[in-house]
Amino acid sequence: MATIIETKKLNLWYGDNQALYGIDSELQDKEITALIGPSGCGKSTFLKTLNRMNDLVDSCRIEGTVMFNGKNIYGDKINVTELRTRIGMVFQKPNPFPMSIYDNIAYGPRLHGVKGRKKLDEIVERSLRQAAIWSETKDCLKKSALGMSGGQQQRICIARALAVEPEVLLMDEPTSALDPISTGKIEELALELKKKYSIIIVTHNMQQASRISDKTAFFLLGKLIEFGDTEQIFNNPQDRRTDDYISGRFG
Amino acid sequence: MRKFTEILLKTVMRLAAIITCGLLAYIIGTIFMRGFRFITFELLTTQTSYLNDSIGILPNILNTIYIILVTMVIVLPIGIGAAVYLTEYASNRHLVSLISFATETLTGIPSILFGLVGMLFFTQLMGLKQGILAGGLTLVMMVLPTIVANTRESLLTVPDSYREGALALGSGKWHMIRTVVLPNALDGILTGCILSIGRITGESAALLFTAGFGLRLLSFFDALQSSSATLTVALYIYANEHGNFDVSYAIAMVLMLITLLLNLSAARITGKIKDRRNG
Repeated sequence: MATIIETKKLNLWYGDNQALYGIDSELQDKEITALIGPSGCGKSTFLKTLNRMNDLVDSCRIEGTVMFNGKNIYGDKINVTELRTRIGMVFQKPNPFPMSIYDNIAYGPRLHGVKGRKKLDEIVERSLRQAAIWSETKDCLKKSALGMSGGQQQRICIARALAVEPEVLLMDEPTSALDPISTGKIEELALELKKKYSIIIVTHNMQQASRISDKTAFFLLGKLIEFGDTEQIFNNPQDRRTDDYISGRFG
Repeated sequence: MRKFTEILLKTVMRLAAIITCGLLAYIIGTIFMRGFRFITFELLTTQTSYLNDSIGILPNILNTIYIILVTMVIVLPIGIGAAVYLTEYASNRHLVSLISFATETLTGIPSILFGLVGMLFFTQLMGLKQGILAGGLTLVMMVLPTIVANTRESLLTVPDSYREGALALGSGKWHMIRTVVLPNALDGILTGCILSIGRITGESAALLFTAGFGLRLLSFFDALQSSSATLTVALYIYANEHGNFDVSYAIAMVLMLITLLLNLSAARITGKIKDRRNG
């Protein structure tokens, strides 16, 4: 397995508050990596450093390196726009744009210059199929995406992210706002998608991490406590704090 | 005793409501009753002529339309641009709150002051002639805060999740604003426009010194640099200088109809946008 993202001594501050402390990690290609830990432990912050969404926070300051395919994404010559097309993101709350389903999916391709009805039609269908929502949407592509249920909206957002053909998919608690059936669908989808994409998923749901991920990273108070194969983390954690957390003694 | 106060309060409030509605009905009623008889086809389609001893308000209707056009064409890019800058780009909070405070203060300034400043600046300093252009520019200063405030308010209601979604797909900032933020702020921008058009239609004091009193029929380009009275200024002229209250009431009725039309269209537009948004 090849490393796709590698962080070295990654420190992050929001103003005077340090949110991440020297994170060293190697995330593998075509795997699902789950980031777990109690609220405020820095797992979402860590996720957002990977596609530089933290740039939007004025007071945010970052030290260390994040290597993506061997290039430091915080280096000088990085095109953030291009980076974000190669590392897609799905948010905690489904956030389709208030446009038709078709326009939502076509947003990214159009942005990157794809023109022509036929080509766009193809991309839209392929993305919706990949996100396992084609059968539910194929007859109402012109309808507003906001009219769909929460779970459907989230899969539309996944399709939207896939439409620009990223290499990595970041998922920030993508099922925390969904019902169990929709959650199941998204999990199944993630397992299917990892054949083609590397997935990094933040989750509060321990069962979810153990069900779908290959690797698990446990964060606590901004530090990466333990990182390893999911089986090992859940069955034989090396650190007592990991053990305490996954066995539900705190969190 | 408690019951008595309740009944008393209820009666007082009901009375207040009746007085408010009554006054409004009285105003509308008087204007319609007195103006209706004098609205003729001739009045609406000719200009005032001393030779024929006839009165027509077509030039004033046109001037009102001209000045709305000039003002909106200039104020919209400036106002929307300023609002977008303030909400999407400006990072200095002190500056933003200072500018917001300044724009809010501008809305409270009596319009005659805008007229005075407009006259000094546009006609005397910049050398423009009294006319639609000088008047329009003065009105730009006056309605700019309305446009900025409404656009800003509307921009602020666009959820950040839309912005994040667009940026996460690799959108640049301006592309994100153009495709996701502005379209969703459209209702606020339109409301601002309609309020502004209403204010322009009803404005007289700021135009007395800047747009002037001219009653001649002119083409758009001639009117830009020639003294041209809008409907409200014409109302003042006919009432005050000609002592012709019949024409004034007729103009008042036309103005009321325009206001009514504007308000109705505002309600329809916002209603339509809401329907579309809810899918």
